[in-house]
Amino acid sequence: MSDKKHTHTHQLQQASRETRHEWYGKTITLASVVGIIILVVAIIYFIGQRGLAAFTTDHVKVTDFLFSADWNPLDGKQYVGAAAMIVTSFLVMILATLLAVPFALALGIFMTEFTKKRLTKYLQIMIELLAGIPSVVYGFLGVTIIVPAIRTIFGGAGFGILAGILVLFVMVLPTITSLTIDALKGVPAQYRQASLALGATWWQTTSKVILRAATPGILTAIIFGMARAFGEALAVQMVIGNAVLMPHNLISPAATLTSQLTSQLGNTVNGTLANNALWSLALFLLLMSLAFNLVVRIIGKRKG
Amino acid sequence: MEQYLTQIAPEQRSLETKNLNVYYGGTIHKLHDVSLQIPQNAITALIGASGSSKSTFLRSLNRMNDKVAKVTGQIIYAGIDINHKDINVYQLRKQIGMVFQRPNPFAKSIYDNITYALKANGVKDSAVLDQAVEDSLRAAALWDEVKDSLHKSALALSGGQQQRLCIARALAMKPDILLLDEPASALDPVSTAKLEETLKQLRDQYTMVMVTHNMQQASRISDYTAFFHMGNIVEYDRTEKIFTTPRVTLTEQYINGSFG
Repeated sequence: MSDKKHTHTHQLQQASRETRHEWYGKTITLASVVGIIILVVAIIYFIGQRGLAAFTTDHVKVTDFLFSADWNPLDGKQYVGAAAMIVTSFLVMILATLLAVPFALALGIFMTEFTKKRLTKYLQIMIELLAGIPSVVYGFLGVTIIVPAIRTIFGGAGFGILAGILVLFVMVLPTITSLTIDALKGVPAQYRQASLALGATWWQTTSKVILRAATPGILTAIIFGMARAFGEALAVQMVIGNAVLMPHNLISPAATLTSQLTSQLGNTVNGTLANNALWSLALFLLLMSLAFNLVVRIIGKRKG
Repeated sequence: MEQYLTQIAPEQRSLETKNLNVYYGGTIHKLHDVSLQIPQNAITALIGASGSSKSTFLRSLNRMNDKVAKVTGQIIYAGIDINHKDINVYQLRKQIGMVFQRPNPFAKSIYDNITYALKANGVKDSAVLDQAVEDSLRAAALWDEVKDSLHKSALALSGGQQQRLCIARALAMKPDILLLDEPASALDPVSTAKLEETLKQLRDQYTMVMVTHNMQQASRISDYTAFFHMGNIVEYDRTEKIFTTPRVTLTEQYINGSFG
């Protein structure tokens, strides 16, 4: 009896397999987290350092970079004006998103409010498929179908902002749609009942109650779509024409921040002004994605 | 099955069902030939165990079961059968309002919650809207508590206040009939008492039909009580008779708590 009691105390005072597992688990988790934090900080530091080199080492003026449209870094520091690309990037992003939002809303409403289960499932699969197609394939489709179509209809080369917008439209649509669906699904079913019981029609209920209640989520969906449009490089580069010009119309060739990066990164030598200028573009993109993140956070906070 | 249904004089009937049947998914027969005469300006309580189809019955009365279930039989309101495909359900629901089990105000301000249905109905005059907000909040005994925060979110109210707001919202449409589906089941006793007080005050102007699981509540505030059992009405009579001298054994057993 006393012997058994003794063994018990003994076991209680000893580390067991569970103790070790607990320790391993916590250590591995913590190490992974620390590793990722270091990685993110390193990336930001690296882009920041290289991105600022054009301004610190090569003495490019920040105002020139932001507001001048003269882009020819090989010719010297007064030709590092990214304004044309910044404007084009924003233009492409905004127009592609504007085009996609009505379709995304319609699809979202259709899929959450209307359809039979099976049709919803097929639509869901289609949207996921659209989201999963690699961007180079979209670019390829754009070059093959959209660019010649624009050439035929509007004349010119066909490469340009319009082609970029149309390609991006297809690419941001699934992002915005699936997040919109999540937002609409999050609206309590009792809102619908309450509205119908007051004699409101289906459409009044949807437009005034359901969409209104889902607005923060839908805004988040739109921001994510905009971020995708802003950040997409390859597909845009394939159809936009890659001429760094301030856009005057939608069908002349242009270049976005990202398309310029992908098309030029092989053509510059490390450490030169031309290379540093590209890093400055990268830094601008990083800051923009930070801004998108911030907006999403703010919207999320207002919701809660 | 033993059954006793009292008759309401024709001129006092607000709503009447004749052989109402409800089917879910084509095969599940939820409600069996329910014929009930509901008196005006009174509270009629629907009691019965869970699954006895009293809520199903209630939701059929303002056609909330459209597209959810198949409802056959007649529902006579204002001399016409409203369970007919030609009936304008939007107009109907303005005259037969509903309050649900869980308070369900919209994610809008108190003011906008009440004006929502009026605006959807084309009322634009802000003086009319202001007056409707005050009138319906007063009728729901909520005005004094919220008159200074009309433009704050309705979701910030307590559960009991939210439920009275939902009543105010329904009253804003000036309905004849108010259907209440276990309106106090999500409320604490104090809020429940306030809600019951509100309902008693509304009795003079509105016909109310209320599903409740709380038999004390039914006996406290209702004038008539219908006891549902497995999709049938077993007994329907004045509330004091149901609770003191029920005529059907099943009713007596349910009231006494020996089953259900």
